[in-house]
Amino acid sequence: MTTTAGARPRTGPIGMTVTRSVVTWSVLMVTTVIALFPMYWLFANALTPITATPPLTPILVPAWELDNVIRLLTTSKHYTRWVVNSLTVSLAATLWHVVFDTLAGYAFAKRRFPLRNVLFVALVSTLMVPIHVTFIPLYLISLSLGIIDSIWAILLPASSQVFGIFLMRQFIQTLPGELEDAARIDGCSEIGVVRHVIVPLSMPAIASLAIFTFVRNWNDFLWPLIAVNRPQEFTLTVGVASLQGEFMTDWGIIFAGGAVASIPIIIFFLLFQRYFLDGLRLGALK
Amino acid sequence: MARINGSSPPIPHHRPEPARYGDANECNRSRRQNIPVMRGPRGWDTRMANARRFLREHGWSYAFIAPSIITFACFTFAPVVWSAVISVQKYNLRTGGTFVDPIWMNYQKAFTGLGGIFVTSIGNTLTYTVFTVTTNIVVGLALASLIQPLHRHVRTFFRAAFYLPAVTSSLIVGMTWAYIYNAQWGFANYLLRLIGVEPVRWLSNPDIVLGSITASAMLTIPATAVVLFSAAMGGIPTEFYEAADLDGASPVQKWWWITLPLIRPTTLYLTVIYTIASFEVFERIYVMVPSGVGRSTQTIVTQIYYSGFKDFDLGVSAAQAMMLFVMIGAVALVQFRVLRSNVEY
Repeated sequence: MTTTAGARPRTGPIGMTVTRSVVTWSVLMVTTVIALFPMYWLFANALTPITATPPLTPILVPAWELDNVIRLLTTSKHYTRWVVNSLTVSLAATLWHVVFDTLAGYAFAKRRFPLRNVLFVALVSTLMVPIHVTFIPLYLISLSLGIIDSIWAILLPASSQVFGIFLMRQFIQTLPGELEDAARIDGCSEIGVVRHVIVPLSMPAIASLAIFTFVRNWNDFLWPLIAVNRPQEFTLTVGVASLQGEFMTDWGIIFAGGAVASIPIIIFFLLFQRYFLDGLRLGALK
Repeated sequence: MARINGSSPPIPHHRPEPARYGDANECNRSRRQNIPVMRGPRGWDTRMANARRFLREHGWSYAFIAPSIITFACFTFAPVVWSAVISVQKYNLRTGGTFVDPIWMNYQKAFTGLGGIFVTSIGNTLTYTVFTVTTNIVVGLALASLIQPLHRHVRTFFRAAFYLPAVTSSLIVGMTWAYIYNAQWGFANYLLRLIGVEPVRWLSNPDIVLGSITASAMLTIPATAVVLFSAAMGGIPTEFYEAADLDGASPVQKWWWITLPLIRPTTLYLTVIYTIASFEVFERIYVMVPSGVGRSTQTIVTQIYYSGFKDFDLGVSAAQAMMLFVMIGAVALVQFRVLRSNVEY
């Protein structure tokens, strides 16, 4: 990677170069510590038995004991239910978007049909609309459908996020059209073209889309907060926020609640971080 | 498109169709294959054939987009339009909406209601946005420039380390900051005690609480900016730097005259998305100061939330949301104009 742009040839006296790299590395190290400290501190507290107020000298090295987590899972009635709810919402939304955004992205990228441009402009123009504009109508719609206070009130709006269609269209547009035509000549059906040509070639984009949809819905907070009131229907983020009110005096449980809620997403990130970072670039191609 | 005479030549749809699309053949084929052809008024066959041809040509396209378009129409597009309508209505959950008179009443109420708290909220949001976005862009640019000359694997490591906190929910990050700011046992006051400074009531003193919250956002590494700046810098052709070397340019000169102008589209994009995100700040505030600290912690979205779902004044809440929409649109437009670049490479 010596040819990478921006890799500046190290000219000048040796002393200068050394000073420069010392400065670079210390800045980067300090920033990394700042970046990771809040999460680290949350975990250090969660893994150290605390039953009341945390000690005045902050816990910087965890005791590696699971007392808080066990107390959380046994005292907080709904915590496991919240995990299940969040998993359901995130997985269902991910499945929906992976399947239907790929199909729609393909149609918008490669097929010509009446109203294509009108529909696509309508989709893209809502990308900039703040989601908060939709909350009151969504609330009224959910009320009249009778799904308020249930997981459906979170799921249905989650199925209408447009970012994925845009992402998939941008990606599929770059694929050569000859392969599709070849598949059709070989007798592939239209579904077959998508399954055997488009999907295999779009795997990187599909992976990013899956990850973004999962993370977005796992972390979503304000709409679930509005849409559900019964504690057993909460998603994990809403539930964790409610812990502070419920266990005022037991900080150990609150720390554990926050830490446990972020474990799945951290594992998810570590497994797929390559796709995360690629996906960011794909989505930014405006 | 209705053709009266069944035997007239087919009207070309997009391009002249091959003969097999002609309706006579269509009917013959249907007969051959024993597909029942509905007999109706004169011209029915033709219309059916047209519809069938349209379906054969475009049916799959519409089938592919249908699920997305239907949910989009019901749960994004219709709500946006309806919200605009509600913003000029007085809405009652039982009886529905009636238009207010004068038509801008909710907008006026949004500003004057509760002693003009919405104006304060806009001010707070702008303060938060200016500090957060500026820091995010500068820090993102600096970090990306610093990791650029390093080895590929080292670069990936730093990008991942910076990005890790960005995937965890802003709610949990905000919660963690609330602990750091805890007046009694928080880490911030611990650091102050070490250097002998009096503890600060970070989240309960109305004069500094907005500053504390803003600082927590400024100290969060702008991971997206680092990744995107880094990618943009990687995409600059090396010839530019080689040419500058021949002219004896220093690293700083090269950064200022080559790197910076060429990554301008990325700078623009990031400025816009960070501004939008800051305008919409909510989770961080909701979890750090759940009941708010007077007016000091009200932002546009907390106001939308409180007027809509605490005071149940849906019209005013919708009006405030529409104003957020307009502000975001306006700011994005201005930023695109100011930062637009025509550089191609």
